[in-house]
Amino acid sequence: MAEAGSTGTDSEEYEYFFLGNVQYEDEPLEGVEITVEGGGFKASAETDADGKWRIGVPEKASYKVTLDEDTLPKGVIVAEDEENPRTAEFGLTNTKSVNFFLGEGTRQTVSFFDQLLNRLANGVNFGLLLALAAIGLSLIYGTTGLSNFAHSEMITFGALMLLTFSSDLGFPVWIAIIIALLLSLGLGWSLDGVIWKPLRRRGVGVIQLMIVSIGLSLAMRYTYQFFYGGATRQLPGASPADLQLGPISLSWIDLVSMGVSVVVLLGVAFLLMRTRIGKATRAVADNASLAATSGIDVDRVIRIVWVLGAGLAGLSGILWAYYRPGVSWDMGFQILLLVFAAVTLGGLGTAFGALIGSLIVGIFVELSTLWLPSDMKFVSALVVLILVLLFRPQGILGRRERIG
Amino acid sequence: MIDWGSIFSNAAVELISPTTAAYALAALGLAVHFGYTGLLNFGQAGFMAIGAYGYAISVLTFGFPVWGAVLVGIGASIVFALILGIPTLRLRADYLAIVTIAAAEIVRLLFTTNTFVAVTGSANGLSEYKGGFRALNPLSFEGKAGFGPWMFSANDWWNIIVGWSVVILAVLFTWLLMRSPWGRVIKGIREDEDAVRALGKNVYSYKMQSLIIGGVFGTLAGMIFIMPRAVIPSAYATSLTFFIWAILLLGGAATILGPVLGSIVFWVLLSFFSGFIARAVEAGWFPISEVQAGQLRFILVGVAIMLLVIFRPQGLLGNKKEMSFVK
Repeated sequence: MAEAGSTGTDSEEYEYFFLGNVQYEDEPLEGVEITVEGGGFKASAETDADGKWRIGVPEKASYKVTLDEDTLPKGVIVAEDEENPRTAEFGLTNTKSVNFFLGEGTRQTVSFFDQLLNRLANGVNFGLLLALAAIGLSLIYGTTGLSNFAHSEMITFGALMLLTFSSDLGFPVWIAIIIALLLSLGLGWSLDGVIWKPLRRRGVGVIQLMIVSIGLSLAMRYTYQFFYGGATRQLPGASPADLQLGPISLSWIDLVSMGVSVVVLLGVAFLLMRTRIGKATRAVADNASLAATSGIDVDRVIRIVWVLGAGLAGLSGILWAYYRPGVSWDMGFQILLLVFAAVTLGGLGTAFGALIGSLIVGIFVELSTLWLPSDMKFVSALVVLILVLLFRPQGILGRRERIG
Repeated sequence: MIDWGSIFSNAAVELISPTTAAYALAALGLAVHFGYTGLLNFGQAGFMAIGAYGYAISVLTFGFPVWGAVLVGIGASIVFALILGIPTLRLRADYLAIVTIAAAEIVRLLFTTNTFVAVTGSANGLSEYKGGFRALNPLSFEGKAGFGPWMFSANDWWNIIVGWSVVILAVLFTWLLMRSPWGRVIKGIREDEDAVRALGKNVYSYKMQSLIIGGVFGTLAGMIFIMPRAVIPSAYATSLTFFIWAILLLGGAATILGPVLGSIVFWVLLSFFSGFIARAVEAGWFPISEVQAGQLRFILVGVAIMLLVIFRPQGLLGNKKEMSFVK
């Protein structure tokens, strides 16, 4: 009976373990920190009095194992020909030992300022990809009043489609990306057509709609897991070597990711500010009945917002898959709350607020790793969300009447 | 061939299992929040986690007796409710939804992080806190006792008796509360906040009291939940909250017995369904793996939430008029 009624979430008592022994000149070293990272999972451990460490991981996949040289005694470093961090993969057994050979020497330290710049660059990258998802969420909220909890599954969808068409069906990556984006647009079109439009016709209230979106999110997420399994898989060509731009090290994928985000965001801004459909969207967001009486086809505008929102979410998912790196069934859900935090921070229903909020959240999450352990980095962004609501509930760009 | 007997008896076990009691109690707390006050709390898993960890940490780290550990859990959940409520209860309903879901995740991440591993056990969680609770057990027999499918050990019976006693007390308490003047004010807030404010009531304070009461129910549910198992942080993910919402909507959000009935129906059906699918997969009826069979139930719960909200928002026991505030 004991476990029969558990919620069915995966047990965290992992089956797979990395382990190792840290010794220097046959003496065990205590308190050396080892970090294992991969597929959105990260854990660290310190060596015990015998110099031993052990870290459980959720999947039998490849992980990046890092020995933190700052925790070694003075004058000891990881030997120069040893890779640190290194990628480790399981063999046939469920345990894998990773040992670092240590040598004498002084380590190359990265100055705090350089670390800060690096984190800042990563934060901007992360913030921009959050912004793509956040603007869609914000536009949907603005035009329909729905807090769409299924947005995370629209994010995951883009990455999963890219994985399917590039890794599984063997298309070149750029064609697979185009197909994935088109399918994302199609997902938005059909979600609105099959679920949201009929519900608007029935006059279902926004709170009910929100609960429907929660049910939809759960159903879609586990449908993904049903078909794709629980493992994290890598996209072809992910995590290439870093380029050094002064003190900042980024890969070319990071640079392309930032460039694409900026171009797409400028495009959305142009669409909203300069085109007829953008004006119509803003009119509907402002006051739907007034927009309808002045001849705007509200249903059509909402349909376009869903299609656009899903397309942006799909692109955001693709970039998130390269940023993590890896594709998994719940990758969108991992950042859903950050997207909500970004939207709330900027002001619910305002597109440009979502952009600013996303950049703040992205930079905050990355910078907080300078002081906080990295498995708490999302905590800081969520705490900021609550603090902002305490002092400026309408968000940075929001208007007071929206919070009533 | 499918062993129908074991599928039915496993489902029958869920009828009275302490897990069902825990979910019923958590859903009752949510009924106080949502069904009676109109508060969208999506952080019930956070309240349950605070109950579970509050109890386990008090016993393991500080060596508190059972009653002390329970009081610590309740105190922590009141503090948590105040932290949630102060910034959000003045704002529109969906702000509370976003903040509660974020706060529940913060709580789970704080219990998962390696930073506090000495106290929280990190991702592996905690166990070995049950001694004091079991020492209070008046039942003492070897092996299993009971009848039909309900054959349990003395410790299991103790979990069941305590769990359901707490549920019954909470149901009586809620029933008395909702027919008191306090309950009428709460329902008035649900229907029209401004009208209640115009009558000179302090809406903010009433909402806060409701948030605290429902949260304490969630905390007690968290304690019942960990008695038959260990405390593991991943159990308090957002999907736990969504399961409790499904139970609440199934039974009827603005009813006293709805959450209890909802929990029983939910777990019996889910156990029956999982048992059937698992056996059918073993027998080769469906071309899917056993892991996939386990995921089908989440898909089912998600679809059930959607259909219930659209087609029967009042649930099994509810009255449609009581749900007119959901708009």
